[in-house]
Amino acid sequence: MKGHESRSTSSCAACKLLKRRCSSNCIFAPYFRSDEPSKFARVHKVFGASNVSKILTEVPVEWREDAVNSLAYEAEARLRDPVYGCIGAIALLQRKMDELQHDLAIARAHLARYTAIPPLLCNDHFSLTTLPDFPIFDGTKSVLNSMEFQQHGSVNVVHQTSFPL
Amino acid sequence: MASSSSSNSPCAACKFLRRKCMSRCIFAPYFPPEEPQKFANVHKIFGASNVTKLLNELLPHQREDAVNSLAYEAEARMKDPVYGCVGAISVLQNQVHRLQKELDAANADLVRYACNDIPTVPPMNPRQRSMEFDSRMGNGAGSFYQVPGFPLPYPPSWTDSSGDVHERGGGGGEEDRSLSCFLGNLIEQIVLAFSGVSNFSSTSSPLRVSISAVGWSSEFVYGELRGSSNGVEARKTYSPVPSPQEDAIIA
Repeated sequence: MKGHESRSTSSCAACKLLKRRCSSNCIFAPYFRSDEPSKFARVHKVFGASNVSKILTEVPVEWREDAVNSLAYEAEARLRDPVYGCIGAIALLQRKMDELQHDLAIARAHLARYTAIPPLLCNDHFSLTTLPDFPIFDGTKSVLNSMEFQQHGSVNVVHQTSFPL
Repeated sequence: MASSSSSNSPCAACKFLRRKCMSRCIFAPYFPPEEPQKFANVHKIFGASNVTKLLNELLPHQREDAVNSLAYEAEARMKDPVYGCVGAISVLQNQVHRLQKELDAANADLVRYACNDIPTVPPMNPRQRSMEFDSRMGNGAGSFYQVPGFPLPYPPSWTDSSGDVHERGGGGGEEDRSLSCFLGNLIEQIVLAFSGVSNFSSTSSPLRVSISAVGWSSEFVYGELRGSSNGVEARKTYSPVPSPQEDAIIA
């Protein structure tokens, strides 16, 4: 059994990059197909193969594809923006959210003139308390030290389209 | 920035890695010994050598922010091994999208109320209308809208000279004016509806839209009109358009 079996099925992108034999129970094979070499290359460059392997081992099998896709997304973000990576996108979205909330409050205040509904009541169907607790990231250490990150394991990000940056 | 290598105490990275903390340790300024968990997280997710390579590629003044963002991502990944901080991005994108919809609806209401109050509004310059429209569409990305804080007025007067126009409820001049008043928002809805139609273009007047396929397109527009009119129902039918260049008045 000299590798004939691994030659009959093509090595995954990870084993090709790492120049090793792709075994039948390779942890990377289901998620890093040989026709997507750059996906593993990015993940390997940012996280390292052994770290990715450890992360995947700790994740249940049914969640591994999502985990790989989110790692690939983070890796791409970090390669595009080596200083802030994904955090830049979070900061941008937080700012956009603040702007929209501000604009919405103004629009509703104006609407209240016409509808005679007090502005406060206009906010009822969009409760600001439902927003996640993501403090503004402005790159300063003091802001980051006060951050709390909310866990939300049920969000499906597999089908997110464009990268927001 | 702690300079722990200058004292006897090694930085958190060198403590963790059990090595001597040299005077030019690249980690020392950013991983003080009193924050051991920070480096532990970063090391677990990214690895010391990857972090070293990354920091070496950056300018010194960028490194602190880079380390802090790596620490944040590492902590996020530790708390949520499946999605990490990408989950946060997804949640925020949904929130932004929801807020944008709410704002668009509020602006549409405002236009409607404002135009009902103002009998005559000066017509908008076509270039202004196009620029305002471009800014609302957000450079074609579609995800983030540049929405003004207050809607701009639109010309209320228009003539319906093409084809058949049927208005539910008997119609009349008043309903025509109220329909025209929120056309600014409807134009956007229509553009979204026609985004796949290759011959679509907005002409000089905000009230006229050239469309090539009238049949199913008009039905789709009806849906958008009803959805965005906030209870004011108006139905417009189009006469068949023999050539793509012929204008069809939407309202």
